[in-house]
Amino acid sequence: MGTRWHPIEYAFWASTLLPFLLFPNHLVLASQIAITALFALSLDLILGYAGIVSLGHAAFFGLGAYTAGIISKYGYGEPLIGLLVGPAVAGLAGYASSFIIARFRHLTLIMITMGLGFLLLEAANSAEWLTGGSDGLQGIRIGPILGRLRFDLWGYTAYAYSLTVLFLVFLVARRLINSPFGLALTGIRENPMRMPAIGAPSRSHIRTIYTISAIVAGIAGTVLAQTTSTVSLGVLDFQRSAEVVIILVLGGAGRLYGGLVGAIIFMVARDQFSGIAPQYWYFWIGALLVTVVMLLPNGILGGLAALTASWRGKAS
Amino acid sequence: MSIAALSTQGLDKRFGSLVVASDINLVIPHGVRYALIGPNGAGKTTLINLITGMLRPDAGKILLGDADITAFKPDARVKRGLVRTFQINALFPHLNALEAVTLAVCERRGVAGEWWKPLRAHADAVEEAYGILASLMLAADCYRLTRELAYGQQRLLEIALALATRPKVLLLDEPAAGVPREESAELFAAIAGLSQDITVLFIEHDMDLVFRFASRIIVMVGGRILVEGTPQEIAGDARVREVYLGGDAP
Repeated sequence: MGTRWHPIEYAFWASTLLPFLLFPNHLVLASQIAITALFALSLDLILGYAGIVSLGHAAFFGLGAYTAGIISKYGYGEPLIGLLVGPAVAGLAGYASSFIIARFRHLTLIMITMGLGFLLLEAANSAEWLTGGSDGLQGIRIGPILGRLRFDLWGYTAYAYSLTVLFLVFLVARRLINSPFGLALTGIRENPMRMPAIGAPSRSHIRTIYTISAIVAGIAGTVLAQTTSTVSLGVLDFQRSAEVVIILVLGGAGRLYGGLVGAIIFMVARDQFSGIAPQYWYFWIGALLVTVVMLLPNGILGGLAALTASWRGKAS
Repeated sequence: MSIAALSTQGLDKRFGSLVVASDINLVIPHGVRYALIGPNGAGKTTLINLITGMLRPDAGKILLGDADITAFKPDARVKRGLVRTFQINALFPHLNALEAVTLAVCERRGVAGEWWKPLRAHADAVEEAYGILASLMLAADCYRLTRELAYGQQRLLEIALALATRPKVLLLDEPAAGVPREESAELFAAIAGLSQDITVLFIEHDMDLVFRFASRIIVMVGGRILVEGTPQEIAGDARVREVYLGGDAP
């Protein structure tokens, strides 16, 4: 039940500032990583803690992105306004669907979330008047943050903005995980059948966390739309839903940092491999995924934790 | 004695043509230790499932005190003080014992939905959980993961989770199932030591334990209540002897 910060956590967050100094040419990538990490964090809240599987989480990411993009066309290009409205729309959709989600588990849940994802993707595809359909959303105009900080070509502002948002959301998520509610979520993951027998309204807990998770996914989508000034159907794509699961499983679900570490590894690997052979880069992701899942069932962070535990055991 | 702690009126349940509960009428007064016995397949666990809302009866009523709870969901019944444990451990493998019981305490206090406050802010809930574990001799192992606890300790944790909800009526489904004989007496001693405010009904196959710890006994056969009475009455009952004690008694 420790809530105190571990030294490694300070080191981790300090190191997120390194790209400004060491890789100033890769700040756009760094920003994408921060956004992906935020998206993976949103999935971790439901999958890693409450055991709710989703293969359609891009729905909320996409809703955030489209909302932020669309309102910017109509003069609400201030990023902080987008940061309120985009996640709010995603959260509303999350709340509405949570009534279905809370009733099911396992394979049924995978099918439902995937199906809802497809529904939204095709709705966005056909609503060309609103979304621009397969051409992508046209006319996005993102203003400077607070009227001062403009998004530059090099990605300084983009990375600073994405990283700040990620860090703030992370603080909230960390608080949530260490709360009584966080404990209740773990209870749902560990034994959903027992929860009613201790008087727990599991479904209401699930509705709450699903809504929160949708909001966080919406924040990630919003920040992507704002930092890149583009929104296309790709934000709602099945591949995005699947990739974020891969990222979380690679990093280690249920550890808060798993999605963050997974996002770094996945995005850097994609950047490197696609430089070598763009059309085959999924081959390497496949190899990485199979290896990690077989050797480290709790992801890379889970493996590291087990390693340090056994090392400590030997030392003492 | 005013109103019974728990009563049922004409409970019926069938699965297809199989009758698992038929016209079950129970009146269980406050504070009494009841044993529910009967051969395998008599419908004992089914009755607990019906009473706690894990199964819906086809007909009949369940009353907790004077409140009709027949339509209540399981968690709502727990909130009103009707609590059960499970014959096969239903625990939280990767929570430690203290976390698991703290969770149950938080749910009872209605603070388990609070996601903006750290658990630390509810130190008294953790203390209460620790107290429950200590009363069941689990204090020393409260930081061990549930799945690492010895089997007998897991059985005690089942009861600890139930106690954390502050039950008025506690239904124990074979609390000593799978526990070695010498330990099961200890476990029942812990049950006997529970507050007299708690009405207890337990399923148990070991007749020694039943006669030692129950003040009244209900005998079920084939989904029906055969007879109810004091241990002496049950021991002297010819029908019970015939269908149960005389047959495959352990």
